[in-house]
Amino acid sequence: MSSLTVQHLTKSFGSTPVLAGIDLTVPSRSLTALLGPSGCGKTTLLRLIAGFEEPDAGTVSLGGAVVSGGGRTVPARRRGIGFVPQEGGLFPHLTVAGNVSFGLPRQERRDRERVRELLALVGLDAALADRHPHQLSGGQQQRVALARALAPRPSLVLLDEPFSSLDAALREETRREVVEALRATGATAVLVTHDQAEALSMADQVAVLRGGRLVQLADPQTLYRRPRDLDTAAFVGDAVVLDADVRGGQAHCALGTVPVAEGCPDGPARVLLRPEQLRLGPPSAGAVLAVVHSVDFYGHDARVVLDLAAGLRVAARLDGADLPAGGQQVAVSVAGPALAFPGADAALGEAVRSP
Amino acid sequence: MLATLVAALALLPLGYIVGYTLDIGWSGARELVFRARVADLLWNTVRLAVGTVVCSVVLGVGAAWLVERSSVPARRLWHVLLVAPLAVPAFVNSYVWISLLPWLDTYAGALLVVTLSYFPFVYLPVAAAFRGLDPALEETARGLGLGHGAVFRRVQLPQLRVAVLGGSLLVALHVLAEFGALQMLRFPTFTTAIYDQYRSTFNGPGATMLAGVLVLLSLLLLVGELGMRGRAGFARTGAGAARRSRPVALRGLTVPALLALTALVGLALVVPLAGVTWWLVRDTGGALDLANLASTTGTTLALAAVAALGTTALALPTGWLAVRARTRVSTMLERSTYLGSSVPGIVVALALVTISIRATPWLYQTTPVLLAAYAILFLPRAIVNVRSAAEQTPRLYDDVAASLGSSGLDRLRRVTVPLLAPGLGAGAALVFLAVVTELTATLLLAPTGTATLATAFWSASSALEYSAAAPYALVMVLLSAPVTVLLSRDARRGLTP
Repeated sequence: MSSLTVQHLTKSFGSTPVLAGIDLTVPSRSLTALLGPSGCGKTTLLRLIAGFEEPDAGTVSLGGAVVSGGGRTVPARRRGIGFVPQEGGLFPHLTVAGNVSFGLPRQERRDRERVRELLALVGLDAALADRHPHQLSGGQQQRVALARALAPRPSLVLLDEPFSSLDAALREETRREVVEALRATGATAVLVTHDQAEALSMADQVAVLRGGRLVQLADPQTLYRRPRDLDTAAFVGDAVVLDADVRGGQAHCALGTVPVAEGCPDGPARVLLRPEQLRLGPPSAGAVLAVVHSVDFYGHDARVVLDLAAGLRVAARLDGADLPAGGQQVAVSVAGPALAFPGADAALGEAVRSP
Repeated sequence: MLATLVAALALLPLGYIVGYTLDIGWSGARELVFRARVADLLWNTVRLAVGTVVCSVVLGVGAAWLVERSSVPARRLWHVLLVAPLAVPAFVNSYVWISLLPWLDTYAGALLVVTLSYFPFVYLPVAAAFRGLDPALEETARGLGLGHGAVFRRVQLPQLRVAVLGGSLLVALHVLAEFGALQMLRFPTFTTAIYDQYRSTFNGPGATMLAGVLVLLSLLLLVGELGMRGRAGFARTGAGAARRSRPVALRGLTVPALLALTALVGLALVVPLAGVTWWLVRDTGGALDLANLASTTGTTLALAAVAALGTTALALPTGWLAVRARTRVSTMLERSTYLGSSVPGIVVALALVTISIRATPWLYQTTPVLLAAYAILFLPRAIVNVRSAAEQTPRLYDDVAASLGSSGLDRLRRVTVPLLAPGLGAGAALVFLAVVTELTATLLLAPTGTATLATAFWSASSALEYSAAAPYALVMVLLSAPVTVLLSRDARRGLTP
């Protein structure tokens, strides 16, 4: 299994630029998620890697060999890249066995044992082999599509929003099966998604795309805790963003004084907190006071919307055991450090590392 | 490139008429067109078309409502029985009626026979539209305080408009093009007049100018339907399947409803079948010539098979282009084939006779010209099917197969052709069955000595040998029966058991 390297990849459709110089490295045997809102170019990037489209400039290399750009193009069918499209894309005229064995050499296509192994790999019963695609559930179709892509032992597997058409419960289960199958085969995989929870929970590294550019490439924890800018921060999870004045490593903001990373220059900044960093307590003298506006109860946790004295509204995530009622006055404190972005309007500013 | 040639072929008859008119000039055309005889024909043709459309809409919408929306018993059976009259060619229907009731050679008789033959063209799309109506809309309307009548008028009818218009257009085009049934009823319209002119003066300017007026009527209809249909589309908004609607209980009206459906099916289906059978058994003495029947059937099947293959092959590039390379040009090419085939069969035949005599005398009265006529007339049936098959074969399957290491040729063999096959098959079957019962163009274009079921039936019944004609009619009905199954099957899926 080889690694994938993408360098300076550029693509326009007509006069509309879609990708503006993407650089990306996917290590062998890892799962990388391409995360971005719709229209950010993530599916186009996937199609360029697969070889369904030609880039305007830049190169795609697989295991050190250039397959696209630099004057040579390897056609899709010779790249050895497995592709799992949205909604599976199973051939409707073939059975499950026919689909799974489609990419195998002719003499292996009739090998029932091989089909059984491949179905077992994605957690499906061999009894499904003679069904037709329309007789399968959405999750089963996705897994058959993965088995089909894995059958010829590709060096790389591309998954294009494979779970977006599944309902929530099925999505979890299918995700788990897919990750297990990918790990079991040691495949290198690239997954396109617009679902941040999916990207954070499944991937070894996440590439955030916006407006045809790669904004940040990091492992999920780094991405969540140290996003490069506030847009990315808000995209990968709920964010509490406040104006602050930074002096000597302390941010003074509407939630009181919060420590920030060393090296942040003194002056105006915007600070990022995550809702789970906010803590509520009984009102006391000297504390930051707030009034509970509303409570969204989810069972395992709850989202509490607070009106601060300064006229600001922020959200806190609390565990579901002990919740305030609407209209109640509470004291708000902050656990852990904030991430500060220097400058009064720091939406696109450089993040400063917090400890 | 190929698609352009196909479009050119389809537009050939139209071009011929236009070219001829330009040739004889305005005064020549005026002299031939503005005559009392033409006015008579126009009056006959228009009142027959209007009458048939009105009757078909009443019968078609009424029957569709009963079958799809009411509690009438045995709805599946009624559905098949209401589509089944399409299996009886109009000229066979006409032969039965006139042979049993010779006084039917009037406007009323023509109206009766043509309506009974063509009302399923309204019934089918309207039934499908009723089934597509989201019951939630009606419930919402009721919730807003509308009564049953108001719901039908303000909610259902606007949504049925496209289906009713489409069906009416089909009926009207068929009435304009109908020749056999009307000739047999001795009800003169443009088609019968063109035929008589052709018989007496071969291809005089008179026939061509009559054809020109007829074509103009057809085009007016097409344009009018487009204009009335408007731009609004009625698609269900929102995801998920629509719920089944609850049928309206007929209660005391069940028996009258059943009687009405029985009468309709009786007149449209039972009478022609019984009539053919009656003539068949009445005089078996020497009339039944099995050898002749077998050879005629063989000729018909062979012609139909070749025409089906050829027409489907011609439809392939156009239908494929219309979906895969959707440009203004490809859409125009597709539309032009529809335009070409809205020209009545008698005009197509007339044009091909004249063109082949003038340009390619060695082709006149040969099978290739006949096959060309079939292709022009029935291309849309094949194209519609190729198109819908191509729409169900997105590029995605090609991409996936390529990523699995499959080469271009391999993809064609293992993915594209298997996916298109059902659509190609359905298209070919429809063309095949249309050719089996085609009368007008075959009468004019068939090589001397070549008899199909339709022309053999025609010559026997024209000579008033009703018993001799019966076996040919029966074989045609039997061969057309599958088309009924094909047409009703899609629709039946939607019916509640």
